[in-house]
Amino acid sequence: MTETPFIEPSFLFGRFNLQAIPYHEPILVVTFLMVAIGGLAVLGAITYFRLWGYLWREWFTSVDHKKIGIMYMVLGIIMLLRGFADAIMMRLQQAWAFGGSEGYLPAHHYDQVFSAHGVIMIFFVAMPMVTGLMNYVVPLQIGARDVSFPFLNNFSFWMTVSGAVLVMTSLFVGEFAQTGWLAYPPLSGIGYSPYVGVDYYIWALQIAGVGTLLSGVNLICTIVKMRAPGMTMMRMPVFTWTALCTNVLIVAAFPVLTAVLALLAADRYLGTNFFTNDFGGNPMMYVNLIWIWGHPEVYILILPAFGIFSEVTSTFAGKRLFGYTSMVYATVVITILSYLVWLHHFFTMGSGASVNSFFGITTMIISIPTGAKMFNWLFTMYRGRIRFELPMMYTVAFMLTFVIGGMTGVLLAVPPADFVLHNSLFLVAHFHNVIIGGVLFGLFAGIAFWWPKAFGFKLDPFWGKCSFWFWVVGFYFAFMPLYVLGLMGVTRRLRVFDDPSLHIWFLIAAFGAFLIALGIACFLIQIGVSILRREQLRDTTGDPWDARTLEWATSSPPPAYNFAFTPVVHDLDAWWDMKQRGYTRPLAGFKAIHMPRNTGAGVILAGLSFVLGFALIWYIWWLAALSFVALVGTAIGHSFNYNRDFDIPADEVARTEEARTKLLAAGVNA
Amino acid sequence: MSASVTNASETPVFYEVDEHPHPEGHSTALGFWVYLMSDCLIFAVLFATFGVLGGNYAAGPGPRDLFDLPLVALNTSMLLFSSITYGFAMLAMDRDRKAQTQLWLIITGLFGLAFLSIELYEFHHMIEIGATPQRSAFLSAFFTLVGTHGLHVTFGIIWLVTLMVQVQRRGLIAANKRRLMCLSMFWHFLDVVWIGVFTFVYLMGMLR
Repeated sequence: MTETPFIEPSFLFGRFNLQAIPYHEPILVVTFLMVAIGGLAVLGAITYFRLWGYLWREWFTSVDHKKIGIMYMVLGIIMLLRGFADAIMMRLQQAWAFGGSEGYLPAHHYDQVFSAHGVIMIFFVAMPMVTGLMNYVVPLQIGARDVSFPFLNNFSFWMTVSGAVLVMTSLFVGEFAQTGWLAYPPLSGIGYSPYVGVDYYIWALQIAGVGTLLSGVNLICTIVKMRAPGMTMMRMPVFTWTALCTNVLIVAAFPVLTAVLALLAADRYLGTNFFTNDFGGNPMMYVNLIWIWGHPEVYILILPAFGIFSEVTSTFAGKRLFGYTSMVYATVVITILSYLVWLHHFFTMGSGASVNSFFGITTMIISIPTGAKMFNWLFTMYRGRIRFELPMMYTVAFMLTFVIGGMTGVLLAVPPADFVLHNSLFLVAHFHNVIIGGVLFGLFAGIAFWWPKAFGFKLDPFWGKCSFWFWVVGFYFAFMPLYVLGLMGVTRRLRVFDDPSLHIWFLIAAFGAFLIALGIACFLIQIGVSILRREQLRDTTGDPWDARTLEWATSSPPPAYNFAFTPVVHDLDAWWDMKQRGYTRPLAGFKAIHMPRNTGAGVILAGLSFVLGFALIWYIWWLAALSFVALVGTAIGHSFNYNRDFDIPADEVARTEEARTKLLAAGVNA
Repeated sequence: MSASVTNASETPVFYEVDEHPHPEGHSTALGFWVYLMSDCLIFAVLFATFGVLGGNYAAGPGPRDLFDLPLVALNTSMLLFSSITYGFAMLAMDRDRKAQTQLWLIITGLFGLAFLSIELYEFHHMIEIGATPQRSAFLSAFFTLVGTHGLHVTFGIIWLVTLMVQVQRRGLIAANKRRLMCLSMFWHFLDVVWIGVFTFVYLMGMLR
């Protein structure tokens, strides 16, 4: 719909009515049909193969950190497809809308597309994938059997799903925000965005935010409390270190987002005056607060990627990581500094020279520990015997790409330069440069690196390399033109253009997006082909890369209890140390293992949260009250369940380990 | 942990032969503490917002027109007393005296309810004379900060009642003691936040 309908809320349906279904927008109708047919096919297949019970028992209600980690990755990949669909629509529109053409997207739709793209890519692609890898890998790396709060882990995941489903719902019921991904007021206030778009934004992020925060608390406790004996802080693998710092950042940053979105919600729902232009409100307060969350957020995403690159570099160079201690300190320094730079996102606010200088300088200082990390990776590779497997290729591509993004970042940190480049496509190019070149390449490296651990077979290298080259080349084609356009003065979020000299750059960028589409396709094909060829790609050793940290000490995939005996750590790179000093796998003396029990409470609570969010978005107050009471009631009810764990009997452990012994022997003989 | 002690001459021990699982709830205190600190940051944002917007009366009423310090002092004493009585409940819990624990918990809950009632009376009075949350940014920030604290106390009371039922049913078992411990931290945390509210919002508001 092009005009926002004014609806007098009814008691039963709030402001929901049939006009909310965008059946008159052909793009959305076709999308809906595709999603509906695809969804029905998946649901039909699950029903046909009678997988519902299996999925419910083994996956949805599972409190096993490994399964939850895999579910996070699945969520991230699904949402990547949605976020990328938005991206390619924008590139197409901008390449099209020249010479008097309006393109194919009306403003109302285009504005939703760029808002949804940012929100989805950050909150529902990057965050779930980062959290998923941390969930999967960290307990294994520290020799633990699960996380500190296994039920909370399951609940966190489903809250993230609930937020993601709410964003997806906005595509077909109502609309999404047309405000950009951070929804600055007064545009996002009720006066300028009266319909449901911003409300979808607020409640999706609030619900997913609960999950993110709790998973942060959970992983901090896991790392602090559950390390194997002998693993001192300075013997923790670098990925675990970065995970610790990231989760500290999550716990210290996400409450700010929760609070500021609650204030925005109060402005919209209750008519308060926090961020309004009158009655003493101050919209810049919102911009400050949201970036106090927003800047740490980018480090929440990049630090685990740094950890992945560290593990990958030392593994594939066959050397201990160069400068472990400096790597740890660099991580910690970045963690702290990330709180002292938020104002660089709005130098143009007019804080004055002193304030801008302070934040400009702190921003530039961050490049020092980051540079130290770069040199550590380079020196790790130096004189190493490097194996250019896929994770290592992504690492090299990252080092080249990220340095470019880092340098444009330092350029933007200079306040006078920023006054020219603020909100231009130069900025858009910069942050895609660091997020794709850093976070996404890191995630792909991590997926290729740990896939054999999770599933017991490697990913197909041919399709992986296809994906790699399409992604890397596509990235440069898609974003280098945006640097040029930004320097030419083009601002972000524009829908149509007059100046024909800009056209060629947008065409190149669209071509780049097309290459990235091929990269994503190859990635999906890679997964499919690998599953089909799993017998040829099988790894029986549990340590296919001759790696260094404890997750490789157990079988692939690891048993539910991870380690039959808790490992004892004597050195950094504990597993390497064990291999060097002739560790032999224990074959007898297994004992019963205490493990947490599965529960459906997480799914139910997250489902009720979805209903609550939907009801609040549509002003269906009776449903909101009902679902809120049900939510609190279920939570209380769950607390009456004291019976939350069980023992895996010793003979079952013995049987599992016996199977691995046979597998190992078969691998040696083959 | 004895198995982990090695020196160079012996063959190193790479795994623990004895199973000693992490006891249930081994991380709960730390986890809850970390959660409380995140909650503390929500209050920090609300305090900061009040600090920035608290002087924006938009030609409406200010603190001097609205705050009744003796009433707020009474209110504060209710919450402080509830913290003391919760402390007594914990002492009784440590001595495994179930009935005494329950009694102190009831008293704590009643003090909490008294606090909430006075707060609601104050809000009602302000809204009645036109000092609504919509009237100015100062009032928006005031109602949100104080109201968020009140909301926390409300959930604290619901939690308290839940725990009392659980203690009644299962006694002072380890799991229940751990839960009472968490609520104790939560309750005292709210007390500390309230001291901030009392100081920065009410007392310093009167000086504005």
